[in-house]
Parts: sequence; C-alpha cells; structure tokens
Amino acid sequence: MAHAGTLHIGGLSKQYQVKGQPLPVLDDITLTVAPGEFVSIVGSSGCGKSTLLRLIVGLENDYQGEVLLDGQRIVGTSLDRGIVFQEHRLFPWLTVEQNIALGLLNAKFTESEKSRSVREHIALVGLAGFESAYPHQLSGGMSQRVAIARALVNRPEVLLLDEPFGALDALTRAHLQQELHRIWRAEGITMILVTHDVEEAVFLGEKVVVMEPRPGRIRRIVPVELAYPRDRVGAPFARIKEDVLAEFAGEAPSPRLRTPRNDDFDSGYDLPNGLRFAV
Amino acid sequence: MLPKALRGWVLPIVIVVLWWAAVRFGWSNSPLLIAPGKVWQTAVEQFASGKLFAALGASLWRDLAGFAIGASAGLLFGALLGASRLAEKLLGPSFHTLKQISLFAWIPLLSVWFGLGDAAKVAFLSLAAFFPVVLNTFEGIRSVPSDLLEVGRVLRFSRAQVWRKVILPAASPSIFAGIHLGLIYAWLATLGGEYLLVSGQGIGNTMVDGREHFWMDLVLFGVIVVGLVGFGLNWVASRIEARALAWRGRSVAQF
Repeated sequence: MAHAGTLHIGGLSKQYQVKGQPLPVLDDITLTVAPGEFVSIVGSSGCGKSTLLRLIVGLENDYQGEVLLDGQRIVGTSLDRGIVFQEHRLFPWLTVEQNIALGLLNAKFTESEKSRSVREHIALVGLAGFESAYPHQLSGGMSQRVAIARALVNRPEVLLLDEPFGALDALTRAHLQQELHRIWRAEGITMILVTHDVEEAVFLGEKVVVMEPRPGRIRRIVPVELAYPRDRVGAPFARIKEDVLAEFAGEAPSPRLRTPRNDDFDSGYDLPNGLRFAV
Repeated sequence: MLPKALRGWVLPIVIVVLWWAAVRFGWSNSPLLIAPGKVWQTAVEQFASGKLFAALGASLWRDLAGFAIGASAGLLFGALLGASRLAEKLLGPSFHTLKQISLFAWIPLLSVWFGLGDAAKVAFLSLAAFFPVVLNTFEGIRSVPSDLLEVGRVLRFSRAQVWRKVILPAASPSIFAGIHLGLIYAWLATLGGEYLLVSGQGIGNTMVDGREHFWMDLVLFGVIVVGLVGFGLNWVASRIEARALAWRGRSVAQF
C-alpha cells in the first residue's frame, strides 16, 4: 500500500492575465487534506475548482501562497501526484495495456515489476480481458477506468480527479462512483475529487468543500459523518445533501455572508432548498 | 447485384466496349481512332521486346529516387518548422512563398543547373514530393492535442519521450497523408519531367516517341501503363497507411 502524504494549501491565490488585466481565479484558499483522506470539492462553473487541481498536480506554477505535500513545496508535476481528467485523454494509438504502462515510463521499477503492476491495475479497475483493446473500442466508462488505472499505476500519494464522471450517463456514473470508493479503500491513498454533482460529492467524500465563484473561494467545508457504504436514499444522506445544496442557494447562515452582485450570473438565482444545479 | 470487388470494373469495360464498337461500326473515320486490338498488339510487342520494362524501369527508378530524397528532406524540414517557433518565423515565409511557384516553373532553372538528364528529373520530382510532405508534417506536429501533451507533463516525460510517445504518433496520420500525396505528386512529376526534359529513357519518352511518329496505339498504351502504375503506387501507399494507422478504427481508416 502506498503511503500517503499530508497536503497543505495555505493562502493560495491565483490570477490569469486577460487582455492585460489581472483576473483573479482563486482567492485565499486554505485547506488541509490528511493522508488517505477523500475530499470532494463542489462548486458551480467558474469557481476555479479545476484550476485548484491543476495547481496541486503542478501543471500551473504561477501562484501566490503555498501548496505543500509532506511539507515540500510543489514545483512542477511529479509521479507522486496522479490526475484523472474529465476527458479520458487516452492515447488512441495505444492499447489499454500500453496506455496504462505509459504511466510507468519513468517509474523506478524493474520491467517485471512494471508489467505486474500494469496487470494488477487492469484487474483493479475491472478491465481484465480488455488488455489489447484500443480506446476507440471502449465505452466512455471503460475509457475512464483506464485513465484511473494509468493515474494509479505509479502508486501516487495523491490522486486528483477533475470531474472524471461528468460526461458519463447516470447509471455508469453511479457504478463508477462505487468502484472509485472501492479503489480508494483498497489503495489507501489521498483522493481529491472535483465535481459539480452534489450527490457524488456527498457519496464519496469524508468532507465536502463548497466553493463559490469569481474569484474562487472556499465557502464552507461540510464534514460528512456517515459510515461507508453510504445509502443514497436515506434521511441522513439527504440531510447532508440539502445542507450542501443550501450553500449553493445562499440560504444557509454562513460565517461569510455573500453580497449579491449583478455581474455574477452563476449566483444570481435564488434556488429553492434542495434543488439541484444543472450546470 | 455485382459483387463489391467487381463494381470498379464496370466503367472501364463499358468504355472499352464503346471504343471497340466505334471502330467496328465506323462511327468515325479519324486516323486518331485506333482499334483496341491494335493497342493490345502494341502492348504485347512492347512487353515481349522488353522495351516496356526498360522504359518503365527507368521511370520508376527516377520516381522512387526523387520521392525518397524529396520525402525525407520534407520530413526533416516539416519537423523542424513544426518543432521550433523560431524556425517557423525564420524559414516559414520563404517556404510559403516558394510553394506558391508552380512546379513546372522550376523546369527552366533546373535544366540550366542540372542539364536535361536524370539529375534534373530527379531534382524536379523530389521537389514535387517535398512540398506536400513538409506541409502535412508541419500541420500534423502543430495539431498534436495539447490534452495529450499535458498527460506527458503529468507523467514526467522527457523531451525525447514527448517526441517518441506523443508528437510523432499523434502526427502520424497527417505525416502519412503527406507522404502519400508526395508519392502521387512524384509520379505525376515523373511524367511531366520526361515530357519537358526530353532525353533518355522512360515511359514518358515512349509516349513522346509515339506522338512524334503518330503511333496512337503507342500513346494510348503509354497512358494506360501510367494510369496502372499510379493506381498501383496509390494502392500500396493506402495499404501501408491502413496497417500503420489501424488504431484509428474502421470508421476513419476505411472511408
């Protein structure tokens, strides 16, 4: 089992330059993720949640504040941090097996360890028998499993998931959520899932970080104190879900009361309690 | 219904039958109208005397030599333009200007530099192969999906690994298309070169010969041979392409 590290984000801000003007995307994000924890991040489009993941994985390097893994400042990408994107991003000219092996290209394993690890991870994501299939022969759900295996095959300390199931149909999504939970249990690594599906966030996360947009800030961190496996239709689950949804609607009392702004079209609507965002 | 494989033969057979009928029933008495049988006799004669192989061999040798030179130079130059923004800025404008010049406009210059022999012809048709290969290689490298390059960054690929594992495979459909076009252009230019730089041997010279002596059968025979060779080259290139790019799946590889 891979040992996981503590991820600490302190006072993190990030801005892009748009036509010479600084456009803040993230503002003063502070968040600590314990080793082996599962954290969900929810927020509407434009709240900078994907940017946050890109900063943690090291694809963006220009920021203020700190992002530390095991006390080490994150600079550039590393095999200790894996990521699964919303699109599977598999290499269409490689088979399932070769795509996963690509993750190990620069790993310090022997050849036999590599091929064993690839085999194990194909089994882990439930794709035994599809080793020599090409991406165009796979369904969306299967492709995303391959992408998860490719990210895990290095045994990273942290796995980042950027809306990995966003493009899948509801049944496949529900199934892969359970699979992801099983994998998290089996691997014992830290996982950070970015999603705009509140149910997904509550189903999987030990805590749910609710973000608000323009600039991206943490609105509230909702602990999910429910035992796994979680029952999606039970009353306690529904209560937490509503609690999170209320944050979106801006109705719950919050230490950080927001002021409505006219240019903020994402938050301009007052949604009734329990209504799901369709973004 | 005809079996699929035979459908392509319908049109040529209809044309030959009409041609035969035109001669047989005297629809025209122009000396340009030659009986199919006469062309066949010429074909047999060219075949048996070995003249065909001498001419075709000379043409094909030049074609492949010029194609090899032009395509490899094109691959290198296209890769350089694609890989380096600086190279694109420095060399791109000159290249895009040169490629606007009709290929045949090079002939006077080439004949002054290289004479009328094989050297000039090979230079001419390597130019013909060069331009499509450069353009497609450049395009292919520039349109490598940035999503996949990002995966390479996440997995800590070295520069060489990025080229070997991401850029070249991703650009390969476009590169193959360029090579394929280069092969066809080179064959077209082989004939053009033989026609305009008249000296030596070649299937183009055979046709020039036929025209000068008003042997329409020989001219028509030449046209058919040139067409068949072009068809053959295209077929070989398509097969290689389909095999190398099988990962794209049926929907794309077999349109």
